[in-house]
Parts: sequence; C-alpha cells; structure tokens
Amino acid sequence: MAMTEPRLITTRVGDPEGHTLERYLATGGYTALRTALGMSPDEIHAQVKASGILGRGGAEFPAHIKWRTTMDLPQPHYLVVNADEGEPSTFKDHMLIERDPHQLIEGMAIAAFAVQAHVAFVYLRGEFALGFERLQTALNEAYEHGAVGRNILGSDFSLDIVLHPGAGAYICGEETALLESLEGKRGFPRIKIVPTVVPATIGVYSKPTVLNNVETLSNLPWIIANGGDAFAGLGENISTGTRLFSLSGHVEKPGNYEVEMVKTTYRDLIDGYGGGVLGGRQLKFIIPGGVSSAWFGPQHLDVPLGRQEVGAADGVMPGGGGTMLGSGSVIVADDTTCPVRIAWRIAKFFAHESCGQCTPCREGTGWLEKAVWRIENGDGRPADLDLLLDVSDNIAPGLSWPYPMTTICFLGPSSAVAVVSALSMFRDDFEAHIELGRCPHD
Amino acid sequence: MTDTASTSHAIDRAPGCVTVTVDGRTVDVPEGELMIQAAERAGVYIPRFCYHPRLAPVGMCRMCLVQVQGPPGRLILEPSCFKKVADGMVIMTQNTSPAAKKAQEGVLEFLLLNHPLDCPVCDRGGECPLQDQTMAHGPGETRMVEEKRHWEKPIPLSDLVLLDRERCIQCARCTRFAEEIAGDPLIDFVERGGHTEVNTFPGEPFASYFSGNTVQICPVGALTATPYRFKARPWDLEQVESTCTSCAVGCRIAVQSSTNRLTRYLGLDSDPVNQGWLCDKGRFDFESVNHEARLASPLVRKGDQLVEVGWAEALDAAARGLGDAASIHGAAAVAVIGGARLANEGAYAWAKLAKSVLGTDSVDAQLGDGLPAELVLGLPRATIDDACAASAVVLLGPDLKEELPVLYLRLRSAAVHGDTRLVELTPAPTGLTRYAAATLGHRPGEAAAAARALTGGPADDTGGVAADAVERARGVVGSGDGVVVVIGRSSLAESADGVAEAAAVLAAAWPGAKFLPALRRANVHGALDMGLAPGVLPGRVTLDDGRDWYTAAWGKVPAARGHDTAGILTEAAEGRIQGLVLLGADPLADFPDRELARRGLAGAGFVVTVDTLPTESARTADVVLPAAMFAETAGTTTNLEGRVSRLGQKITPPGVAWPDWMIASELAARLGADLGFSTLTEVWDEIERLAPSHAGITPTVLGAARLRDGVLAPLPDELPVLAEHLGDVTQGFDIPQDTEPAAVLPDSAEESQQVAGAEAEAEAEAAPVGPARPATLTYTAPPAAAKLPPRDAYALRLVVSRTMYDHGTLVQHSPSLAGLAPGLLLRANPYDLDRVGAGKGGQVQVRTTRASLVVETAPDPGMPRGSAWLAFNAGTPGAADLIDATATVIDVRVESTS
Repeated sequence: MAMTEPRLITTRVGDPEGHTLERYLATGGYTALRTALGMSPDEIHAQVKASGILGRGGAEFPAHIKWRTTMDLPQPHYLVVNADEGEPSTFKDHMLIERDPHQLIEGMAIAAFAVQAHVAFVYLRGEFALGFERLQTALNEAYEHGAVGRNILGSDFSLDIVLHPGAGAYICGEETALLESLEGKRGFPRIKIVPTVVPATIGVYSKPTVLNNVETLSNLPWIIANGGDAFAGLGENISTGTRLFSLSGHVEKPGNYEVEMVKTTYRDLIDGYGGGVLGGRQLKFIIPGGVSSAWFGPQHLDVPLGRQEVGAADGVMPGGGGTMLGSGSVIVADDTTCPVRIAWRIAKFFAHESCGQCTPCREGTGWLEKAVWRIENGDGRPADLDLLLDVSDNIAPGLSWPYPMTTICFLGPSSAVAVVSALSMFRDDFEAHIELGRCPHD
Repeated sequence: MTDTASTSHAIDRAPGCVTVTVDGRTVDVPEGELMIQAAERAGVYIPRFCYHPRLAPVGMCRMCLVQVQGPPGRLILEPSCFKKVADGMVIMTQNTSPAAKKAQEGVLEFLLLNHPLDCPVCDRGGECPLQDQTMAHGPGETRMVEEKRHWEKPIPLSDLVLLDRERCIQCARCTRFAEEIAGDPLIDFVERGGHTEVNTFPGEPFASYFSGNTVQICPVGALTATPYRFKARPWDLEQVESTCTSCAVGCRIAVQSSTNRLTRYLGLDSDPVNQGWLCDKGRFDFESVNHEARLASPLVRKGDQLVEVGWAEALDAAARGLGDAASIHGAAAVAVIGGARLANEGAYAWAKLAKSVLGTDSVDAQLGDGLPAELVLGLPRATIDDACAASAVVLLGPDLKEELPVLYLRLRSAAVHGDTRLVELTPAPTGLTRYAAATLGHRPGEAAAAARALTGGPADDTGGVAADAVERARGVVGSGDGVVVVIGRSSLAESADGVAEAAAVLAAAWPGAKFLPALRRANVHGALDMGLAPGVLPGRVTLDDGRDWYTAAWGKVPAARGHDTAGILTEAAEGRIQGLVLLGADPLADFPDRELARRGLAGAGFVVTVDTLPTESARTADVVLPAAMFAETAGTTTNLEGRVSRLGQKITPPGVAWPDWMIASELAARLGADLGFSTLTEVWDEIERLAPSHAGITPTVLGAARLRDGVLAPLPDELPVLAEHLGDVTQGFDIPQDTEPAAVLPDSAEESQQVAGAEAEAEAEAAPVGPARPATLTYTAPPAAAKLPPRDAYALRLVVSRTMYDHGTLVQHSPSLAGLAPGLLLRANPYDLDRVGAGKGGQVQVRTTRASLVVETAPDPGMPRGSAWLAFNAGTPGAADLIDATATVIDVRVESTS
C-alpha cells in the first residue's frame, strides 16, 4: 500500500470552525489570491497548465484548455461553478462547500481574475441547505474582507459572485443543462459541437464561460501558493495531484478520502483508507466512479486511480474498455448484494432524472427500469437478457467504454452502462431470478 | 487520387459551397447547410420527427441520426437535423451505415414503447409520419411487454385545439411554433423524463390566433382541431391547391374535401407569402362554406316575402329593376357596392357590367374602411419579402395581428429573428407594438402630423406623439432609404383622409420608399385592379387615362367619376340612387356608419344582392342572386402585394348558385349586352389582353409549376427572368377544365422561355389597332386634409378597429369560431377611466349625438390618454351606431352608468 497521504484541499475539514473567515485567515487563507492578483492572467494560466489539473467534476478535462479557450475570446466572460453535486454516492463537493467555503471562494476569485470574468455564479445543489448557508455567510464575509466585490484586495479587479440554488434536478449537474437552468430555462442539455460550441465559447447568456467543479477550483489556492510544478509532482502520467474520493457501501470506514492520484489503487482505497469490506466479507463488485460508470470486479482492485489507468483497464463492458473515475465516488458491494436490485435502483434513478429531451433516454431509461424490476421480482423471461443488451445498445451503441451515444448527453447511456455491467458480470444472477421466479438474495 | 479529385472539384464548385459525400454520392451544398438538407440534395431522405424546416432545430427526437466518418475505429452518430455540413464530410445514412440504421430503428422502437397504437381511431392515421415510418421500417411485433403510459385523453389546450398526451412524442414542434413563430409561448413541456408532457400554464389556455398550425405540424395525432376531429379519414380526402381569401394576405392552401363538403385547409409553404402558416380564422372558416344557411336559389321579393324563383325570373327582375333605374333616372342613379369577395374574373365581369353596360362609375369594392384606389394602386408597391428584408418598416395602418394575421407573423419574425426594425404610427396599441423599435402613439386622425414629425418636419405639432419617441423613430428610419411603409386604416372612426395625407407625406419625403397596402378584405386588391372603384378602370388606370382604350374595347365607359360607398349611400338616402347592387356586401353590418347604411338601403329604389349567405342587408333586397363561394369556383385572386395566384375549385356550389362572372354575364344579356365571354378562361384572356397591369400573365404563366406562389402584377420587364422560373406543370395542380390543356405547357425552362417570348410577340401583333394602351397610374397627393375639430376636455376621441373574430358573416357562420368573438369592450387609459369611476374596469356609458351604448371597460395603460378604443362589428348595437361617416373624427362622452 503506497499511501502518501498528502493533504491539499482537506486541511480544514476536520476543524469545526474551519468554515469561518477567522479560521481561514488564521490558516493562510486569501494569501494565494493576493499572490495571484500580483501575477498576470497568463502567468496564472501557466501555473494551472503546469499543474496539469484535470476537471474534478467527472469528465476529467484539462482545466487549462477550457480557460485558454475563454481567455482568447472577446469579453464579457463568465465563471460558473458546478456545485450541483448530484451523482448518487458522491459527497465530496458537499463537504468542501460546508467545511471550507472560503477555499472555494478564493479559488473562484483566482480563476475569475485569470479569465477576466467579473461575474461568477455558483450553481449550488438545492438540497444543500447547510452548504447554502455556509457559502452565503462566507461570501458575505469575503465581501466584507474585500476578497470579493469592487477592487478586490486593493487591486483593479472587481468580481461579484452570485449564489444560485438549483431546484432538485440531477440533469442540471450536466454543464449545459446547468447553464440553461441558470438562465431561467428548462434544464435541457445543449447540443455541443466540439470545439466551436461548448461552454468555453458559448456559455451562460451565450458568452464565453469557464465552468469548473468545486473541487477543481478548491485546488487553485494551493497551486498558486505552491506552484503548478509541485502539484504536477504528485500523481503520475496525466493524472496529477490528489483527488477526493467518496467511499461508501459495504466498507468499514465510509467517507471522503483525499488520495494521491495513480499512486493509490482501489485496494488501497478500500482496504487501507476504508478499513476493508464490511464485516470481513467477500467483495462482489465495485461501482468505481459514480453510478454512471461501468462496474469493476475484485480482479480490478489493483488498478491505480488515474484517468488513463482505469480507462485502459480490461473492464466488464461487452464492447471493451475500462471505466472512469467519474465523480470520484466508489461504492463497495459485498457478496450478499443482489446485482439485479442494484442495477434496478440505478436504472430507476436515471429514469426519474431523465430530462425527457432525447427519445432513447426518455423512453429507454423508463423501459430499463421496468424490465429490470420485472426480472428482480421474478417475472423475467429468458429472452429479456439479450433484449436488455440490445435495447441498451440502442442508447450506447457498441456497449463499450467510452461509448458512442444516441442521445445529447450522458444520462441515458449511464443507465444502460449500469444494467449492462450487472448483466455482463452476473448473468448467472439474472438467470437465477428468472428460473426461481424470485430474487435469490431475498 | 481522391485528394486530386476533390481539389479539382473544389475549384469548379460555386462560391460559398462545400463538398460532402452522402452515401457515396458527392454533392456541393451551401456552406452552413444542415446535413439533413444536404442529404436531400443528394437525393437521400433521412427520417425525422422533430425537424421542421421553418423551426429552429433542436435535435431531440434522434430519428435522423447519421454516421459521420471520424477517426478509424470511432463511431460518431450525429443528429443530421442539427449539425451543419463541413467541407469533405462523409455522411452515411441508414442506407449505408448499419450503426445509423440500428440507431434509427431503436429510436422508432422507443417512440412506440408508450405510443398507444390507436391508429384505427386516430385522425392522423393514414397521414402519420410515425405510422409511415413504422410501416416502412419497424418490426411487425413489439418485443416489450411493459404497460404503456396512461393519461387522461384528450385535454383541451384551447377552444380549438385538443391534446392527446398518450400519442405525443415530445418533438417540440408545437411548442417551438408557439414561441418562435407565433410569439405566443403558451404551451411548454411540463414534468420530465417519461412523464414529460406538453401543456398550458395553469389557468391560461393556448389562446393563439395561430393555434391550428400546431395541429398541422404535429407528426402524430396528438393535436387535433375541433373543426376536423373525427370528420374524415385522410384517404377519403381529395385536395386542390388554392389561395385563402379570408383576408388579403393570400396564403397558399390545400383545400380538402370529402363527399362534396369541405373538411380541412392545410397551409402550403409558399416562401414569399405564408411559409406554411395560416391563421385560425382562415384555416377554420371553411365551415361557413358548408353552412346549411347558404343561399342556394335565387329569391325575388313578392310583397313582404323573398320567394324562391328560377334564375330566368330572378335575372329578368334584376335586369328590369336596374335597367329601369338607369333609363328613367340616368346611369348615375345605379350603383354597385362590394366585390372584394369575388375572384378577379368575377370582379372584372362586374366592373365591365357596371361601367360599360349600366354606365355608372359609382362602384366601390371597399365599404368605407379602405383607402382611395389611386393611392393603393399608384404608390410604388412593396412585397412582403421586401418588407421583411427592409432595415426599417413603418407601420401606418391597422393592427396586423387582427386584420392580416400572417403578415403579422412575417413582420414579427423579421423583427425578432431578422434585422428589420419596426416603427409604428398608431392611435392605439397593436399586436406589433411590443416588437416595435419605436411607437408613435398619435391622437386619432393625426397620423399626418406624426408622419411629418417622423420625416423631419416642424416639431411644434407631432399629433400628440412624445418628442423622445419621435427622436427614437427618426434614428430607426434614417433618411428613409429602403424603408417599407405598411399603409392602411388604423381606425374606422376617422376619415381616410388623415391616413392618405400621412402616406403622401411619407411618399414625398422618402422617394425611395415602397408601400405595402394593408387592406384586409379578401380580394379587395384584385377588385381595385379590376376597376371596382370610382375613378378607375381595369389594369390600374384612371378613368380619364383609360377612357379611349376601354371605349374602343367595351364600347362605352362612364363620363364622370362616380361615388364611393359613403357617397353612394348618401345619394341613395336622398333618393338619387334608384338601382343598387350589393355585390357580396352587407353595409348594415360592415359599413362604419350604420345609420347612413340604414338610410341608404331604405332610400335605394331597387336593391339586388349577389351573395353566398343571408345577411341583414340581403333581407332588405328586392332580388337575391346566389353566388358560388370559395372553393366552389376556379379563377384567380390578388393579394396585397399585387400577387395573382390561382383559386382551386374543389366542390360544387349548393343548389343552383353560380359563379359571379356568370351572373354578370347573364345579367348583361338580360340588359341587351354581350360581355363577350362564356368561359372563365375567356374572362381571364380579356383581362390579360386589356388590363395594362396584367399584360403577359397568361394561363401558361399562371399554371406553371414554379409559379405556384403566384406572379406579381405587373410582370417584371425581362421575360427571360420570368421564363427561368417556369417549370413543369404542377403535378396534381388543378387545371380548370376550361383552360388550355396541360399538354401544351412547356416542360423545360428553355422551352418555356420560348413559349413566353412567342406569346409576347403574338400578343404584340394581335394588339388592337386604335388607342394606345394606357399607362398605369401613379399617385398624386391630394390637398391637405381638413383641420380637426378641437376635442373638449370631457370627451374621448374614438378609435375603432377590427378584431380577428367578430360578428362578420363568415365567422358567425363558422360554428367553431362564432363563439370566439369578444364582446364589446372599451379600452382606454386608466387615467381617463378613473375619472368616470372605471379605473379598474366595470361598465360605462358611451355616448355620441347619434347613440348611446353601455359597454364593459378594459383599462389599458398602453392607450394614449384622451382616446378610447372600441372593436368594430362586435355586435348590435355597437361602434357603427356611434360613427358619423361625414365627420373627420368621432368624440364620445364616457360616463358612469350609476
């Protein structure tokens, strides 16, 4: 177990008063912003580029490329923070917002200065009541302190930050649906045309917009204070720095863990940080990157936590490929778990959260949920298993990772991926349901 | 090798084009075109549901997914309705890509998962894209056993449109139409995922004047309209192309019938005119054609009764009455009111009958609600496309949303989606006010002052318009170059002189401006072209200019200018009109001054009505002649642009009703004259030969496939330009049986050019020896209008204009529309209403020296202070009882009823 335990963004989360300005300032807060304001936007960008930080929201796109795209376009620019952390089993941004809101605000101010955005929005998950309260309080303190507002910290740069609570739709965590919702419209994802029509070029109010995740921005004060190279010194290959993982399920010590990328494996995370499978039972499978990701089995425990490493692993999807780190959550399922029921629960979630825009997702997620529910309850037909695969193939053609899609966004294929993962790994379980006419795990 | 080929190809191709490959076929397509359009150019049809060429793409239904070649080993599926082509793109549709084919079949299966498959009882069955796709490509049986979604069905979205949410496939065509095109975003998606439904906002129905379009573009049977619901199956319908004459926009439509009854109109996509859209009045007032009250037999007054008689007896009676009036009292004692309902051929026949046989010039197709014919015909004319391409459009006329609804749609789109800016000169807010860059809200009757202010005249009298509004408007119109002026009557409670003067002011100040007349009445523009107005003869010539030409052709024309409708009614009231023809006109309901209409009809010695439905005026007639209505006769009609297009005949008239031209011809015969034509085509031939503005518009031209949108009169000078647009004879386009057989029509552009050229030559040779063909008239401004009387502080100056649904004959004989007519309502500024205790609404008494009405009020902060608005033809008694046609403006006292 190569556990180096560096702490970049979780230094204050154990402090009950860590969310206050007083504690933040006492622990070196807002010094990185002061440093950044003394740099040029290009110099800040250079540090971010040197750090190699990948987006922490799930797509793991290099942050510096998004920034550069926006920076090179005419004003006005906007900064939008995706704080709509809605992926089931993911609770890392939740913690950062509640426990260290000033770190996020400082990161936002640095990013806004770098991309010369004078208005920044935080699209905050509506259910985060305490997070909203903490962030709003911190924002008020930051305005009072001069870290946000007119001429921040005595510089020429002015920035307003607007806190915008969502209204309970998972899809509004998808960046373009988020922008639609922020504009007051229905949360329908937009069709992106890479590289010309993406948020970095046409974002909120059709203006160039940098859209970053809470964790991504929370890393900025450290990167500015310690240099991009120091960040890049952590991790390996393209996956630099540390990442927060939300560990849950059948594990002794569930919780958020900040781990160094690539140097840590799933086994390190589960057995080391997490104290092993609950009750010492056997591991059956893991959902390695949020419920949208293709599943892994015990054979994947030594895969390192890095974008390329998990992506290139010999995974379970029939069409090949590994999986993704996604939103940074890992669900552990032991040998008492019914994979059909888990697949159904995930399918039900996606059916509930489909925005209804694309036919394959609007209709397909609903059908997957009903069909898997039927199997789980013993009403399955033998032909259903191949039907599940074929219908899933009509949402995510090829059933591979990464997958082509027949939809605008990833929501529909995510549902198919969960069902196909379960079916590929545990076809016996599915067949047992059909033969017994009930769930064998009940 | 491919590189070389494509490089050399790139040199050859037209500028602004890119080269793409669709299913192995290489085509040049305009840059920026959608893949689905590019595929159509390559002859490949990609199935689709949400894509509609007149709506912004959304890429939602995913039916049109195609494979685009990318890096090896990477499958890229793209919605072809959303993504644009790029040079060198290789597109593989369902025909060549198994992945695209499977994706499309998957989408079809997903759509059917929750679709009720109640095709046997669905109105769409037989013309349903979803059904067609399924029959063509879908599997015979479902693989699924899951229960389908259930909703209450159907639910009303409005008085006219019902929604079956089980059938809906969430393509967003209706919601996009409502928002993008109609500007009535009253329907939207509600809920999400599998629960997504289209619905209205709580308590707010989809009350759009354009709601019927959503039914037409719905790709399944989710939206149905009450007038057609369960009335017919598509395979039982026959159809013919025609032009709607519910107003003067001239939307192209498909007229559909079953068992000799009209069942439905569908909008055709005529690019220069309606672009596929219709208003609900035009779409649904076909019900009036089917109405059981239609006049089916001639009637002659015997005592107190109108008694059914044969045509011979009725024509004899009419000829005797009119002939006696002319011979005893002189030709000036005969007059004709109306004619806008008629096709061009009918209008011409009646103009010839009136002006040549009866010898009177007191003929008027307008009922005191129009503009002088010289102005309409003599100003440089704009097309709708001209207006929509203009940098600025000045609106000096009626509320287009109410009176010319599809023109409203076009201008709204130009203002919202295009670069056109609107400047309104109006005495009351209109449907376009919210889209106008500047609104000059002038006092009633003072449009000319506002026009002077707009064109840089002295600022001391702006007609009540605020200085900042004038400033803003001047910034929009600039020097007036390229401005299009929409001109019509913004109020029936003022004389036409004010608007005519304003038009003269604009025409003088802006020599480069063009004018689009906004007269609403059916074929009123064709009627004016055909000479159904005092002082003009067919072909846009004045009585004096055309005297020699038409005397040579007709034998006789009136010696002096006659009266307009107001003049005719006044003369009649004073006993000087002894023979009056109401040509599809109902002055008692439709003339702004009801008292004058009443006195005129009572005073006219002998009244003949030619009409389709019983009207109040017809009940007072001595002879009633039943005429064929829309869709019951072929012919041509002319829209407000001067565009001549063809009317299709689909059904036969009820009883023994005749086409108007035939009635004129037979009546002339009874009067001892021969109009000189015995078929519809012969009427048109004479128009084409004699009317200077219509020279060259031959049946060949009117029947050409590529001129289905109609042709502008006069034709462009260069025949080759025209010939270029001539194409194959339209498949299925009805050729009236009495026109030339289709076989003689050219089938290539080159041939048609020769034909058109040869016809022009032949015509030049055949031109009658004698007087030269007169020039079409140009407008000369009249002297400034009379000064307005001062308004006393206790009165409000009246504005009266029409609403789309009213108590007019067609609406009231269309059961689905009749109930939509709003009641009589007085709109005024809350400040003015406050003074009589009605600042928050309630009843008031409205009084002139003529009459007094009790009406409901609608406080409207958009109304200028000191003015009050009433709807015209909103019932009896109504605004017409307050109006004195001889007054320049009407002032009313508004008082508390308590």
